[in-house]
Amino acid sequence: MIWQFDIIILIFLVVTAVIALRVKDLLGASMVFGIYSFLICLLWAEMGAVDVAFTEAAVGAGVSTVIMIATVFSTTRRSKD
Amino acid sequence: MDIIIASFLEDSIVPKFNYWIYVILMMIGLYAMITKNNLIKKLIGMAIFQTAIILLYVSVGVKADANIPIISHHGEKDHVEHAQNENLDSASEGSSHHGSKKEYHVIDKNKFANPLPHVLMLTAIVVGVSTLGLALAISQKVHGSFGTLEEDEILDQLRPGGHD
Amino acid sequence: MKFFGLLSVIIVGFLLLSATKDFPNWGDEDSPANSGPVSSFYIEKTEEKTKVPNMVTAVLADYRGYDTMFETVVIFIAGIGIIAVLRTYGNNESIPKNQVGDEGAGLLARMTCSLILPFIQLFALYVVAHGHHSPGGGFQGGVMLGASYILLALAYGLARAKSCFSEKRTLVFAALGIFIYVGWGVLCLVMGSEFLNYSALDSILPGGVEMARSHSMLAVEIGVALTVTAIMFSMFSNLSTKGRLDKGL
Repeated sequence: MIWQFDIIILIFLVVTAVIALRVKDLLGASMVFGIYSFLICLLWAEMGAVDVAFTEAAVGAGVSTVIMIATVFSTTRRSKD
Repeated sequence: MDIIIASFLEDSIVPKFNYWIYVILMMIGLYAMITKNNLIKKLIGMAIFQTAIILLYVSVGVKADANIPIISHHGEKDHVEHAQNENLDSASEGSSHHGSKKEYHVIDKNKFANPLPHVLMLTAIVVGVSTLGLALAISQKVHGSFGTLEEDEILDQLRPGGHD
Repeated sequence: MKFFGLLSVIIVGFLLLSATKDFPNWGDEDSPANSGPVSSFYIEKTEEKTKVPNMVTAVLADYRGYDTMFETVVIFIAGIGIIAVLRTYGNNESIPKNQVGDEGAGLLARMTCSLILPFIQLFALYVVAHGHHSPGGGFQGGVMLGASYILLALAYGLARAKSCFSEKRTLVFAALGIFIYVGWGVLCLVMGSEFLNYSALDSILPGGVEMARSHSMLAVEIGVALTVTAIMFSMFSNLSTKGRLDKGL
C-alpha cells in the first residue's frame, strides 16, 4: 500500500502496453507482453492480493508467454502493423 | 516544496489514479482488438483488456494499512494451544463455541484486505489463459489454411474474386 | 476503419472516466464493497468455521466450491478444444515419425535444468499442500508442476518429456482431477447432505466438523492441481508442434 510505488508501476504499465502493441516483430511483442504480466503481478503483490499475484506470475508470465512464443515460431514472425 | 507536491499527489491524484489507469488500459486493449490487422496483436489486445478488468476488481478490495488476507499465528504457544483445544473439540462432538476458553480472538475486519475480489479474480485469470490458448490454436489453423495472419489479406482471399 | 475505432474508443473512455468521479476512494474502508455483510462474514468467521487461516483458499474451495469446480471444467474443455482444433486425421501430408535424435537445448542448459527440476516439482507440491496456511493452493501449484514439464521439454526435447507424460497420461490425469472434485461432492450427497457440503463428511474424516471441511478442501485442491498440470503441458505440446507432437520448439 505504498502509493508512490503504485503510481510508478501504473505509469510503466501503460507504457508497456502501448509498446507491446506497436512493435512490429511478433517475438518482441510476446516478450513485452511478458514484461507487462510481471509488472502487473508486482502491482497486485503491493496491493495485498498475494494469491492473485502468485497465479498471475505462474500463469501470465509463465505459461501464457510460452504458448504465445510457441505460436509465433509456428507461424510468421513479422507483422505488417 | 517536496512536501507540497507529495500532499497534492496524495490528496487529489492517488484516490482515483488506479481507476483512471484501468480505463486507459481497457481502452488501449479495445482499440487494439478493433483496429489492428494482425491476429496475434488482436490477441495481445484481448489479454490487456482482461488484465485491466482484473486490476479494477483488485483495486476495489484494497483497504488502507491492511494486511494480506491470511491470518497468521505467531510462535509455538499458539500451536500448542491449538492442539490441546482440538483434542477437547473432537471429544465434545465438534461444537465450536466454548465461551471464554476459545483461542479465536475477535478478528478486526479492517486489518485484513477484502478476500472476495481475490477469489473471483483467480477464476478470471485462469479462464483468460484458457481462452488465449484456444485462440492461439485457431490462429495457427488460420495461418495453415490461408498462409497469412493479416486480416485484410485473409478477407481478400475470402471474397468471391480470390480462391477458397 | 481506424477513425471509427478511435472515435468509439474515445467516447466510451470519456464516459467511463466521468463515471470514476462517483467511485469511492481507493483504499477506503467504508466503501460498500469493503463494509458489506458478505466480506465481513468471510473475514471474521472463516477461521472458526473451517480452521483454515488462508481466507482466499477457504472461500475458493469451500464457500464458492461450485465456481471452482466449473472453472476446472473450463480448463479441461480448453485443453480438449486445442487438441480437437489442431489434430488432423487422414493422410493429407506425410507425418514424420517420432525423431529419436531430438536433442533440445545445449549442454549447459541441460545440466542446469537437470539440477533444478526436482526442486521445482517439490516446491510445486509444497504449494499445493500448504495452500491452507500460505499463499498458494491448487491452481498455483498445478501450473508450476505443468511448467516444470514444459522446462523438461525445452531442455531435453519433446520426446523425452513425452516419455514421462505421454498424451494418454495427460488426458487420464485431466479427467481424474475433475472426477476427484465431482466425486467428493457426490460423496457428500451419499452421506446425506447437499452436494459439496463438506460438513456431512464429519463421520468418516478425523477431527471435528471444521477439520472435515479443512481436509475436504485439501482433497479438492489436489483434484484441481492434477487437471491443471495435465492441461498446461498438453496445451504447450500441442501448440508447439501444431498438433503433431513430433518435434518440440
